Amino acid sequence: MATEAVALVEGEEPGGLVFHPFDQFEIKPLFGEIGDPVSWYTISNATFWMAMAALCVIGLLVIGTRGRAVIPSRVQSAAELVYGFVYKMVEDVTGKEGLKYFPWIMTLFLFILFSNYLGLLPLAFTPTSHIAVTAVLALGVFITVTVIGFVKNGMAFLGLFWMKEAPLFLRPVIAIIEVISYFVRPVSHSIRLAGNLVAGHAMIKVFAGFAAIAALSPLSVVAITAIYGLEVLVAGIQAYVFTILTCIYLKDALHPSH
Amino acid sequence: MEGDIAQFGQFIGAGLAAIGSGLAAIGVGSVAANYLGGALRNPSAAASQTATLFIGLAFAEALGIFSFLVALLLMFAV
Repeated sequence: MATEAVALVEGEEPGGLVFHPFDQFEIKPLFGEIGDPVSWYTISNATFWMAMAALCVIGLLVIGTRGRAVIPSRVQSAAELVYGFVYKMVEDVTGKEGLKYFPWIMTLFLFILFSNYLGLLPLAFTPTSHIAVTAVLALGVFITVTVIGFVKNGMAFLGLFWMKEAPLFLRPVIAIIEVISYFVRPVSHSIRLAGNLVAGHAMIKVFAGFAAIAALSPLSVVAITAIYGLEVLVAGIQAYVFTILTCIYLKDALHPSH
Repeated sequence: MEGDIAQFGQFIGAGLAAIGSGLAAIGVGSVAANYLGGALRNPSAAASQTATLFIGLAFAEALGIFSFLVALLLMFAV
């Protein structure tokens, strides 16, 4: 085992590992190799795991609401818990008017949550680790919120950038900063989610590489267990953060005057 | 030990960008510490501020993630 580890370090390219931490983010066709004629007609692993996330959401809510028992079953209480959690978040942040957009925010939350959690299964692929996926979600939020703002408030929506509280000579400067920060929103919104997941999964992979020395140092098993626990936490928190930022952007669109 | 000066610069730059991730950790710690300090002084108001706590954590953490992204771009994309 020791010689293998040495060969692993010396035989590879400088700085390379046998299992590269970023191999797991590669998009591959589900059947056949890349370049095979078969591969042109199959879906990729990204599509597959996104579909799995959607199926899990459907499964949770359909099975959860089937019984409608007074004393809920486990699945029903889980479904009720998620529904109540997101409903309360939307109500707290955006107020009563925001509840009209609750289904949209619930969809976002559940899709991201299940993508993150399914990605934690061994050999799984995490769709939300790709900026292409999260950028579409964030751009969807950005465009929707901007359209809602203009439809609800008309040109008064531009008051979001014109601070009434600030001294008059400072207002143009603040307006420029506000406009820039408004347009950076989808960038930070998407990179936050994708970056957290990429960092977490790469870290799990690096720690999993220590399995080669698990017999020498059992501590590495404890370490990867702890890191995995942290990643379970991060998966939930990042879904929550994405959703609550969506709620805040929606609140800005509904009530542009600060 | 082969490689050219550009690769040398990439590795140095990626290492420097990793410092930014560490600095973001200070920010995240500061947010959590101040929240805990406030929550212990006034426990009844703590529950209503958890959402703000997570938003603050997310904003502090995002900047660390940005520097991580810069490191990744230097290592794999440049």
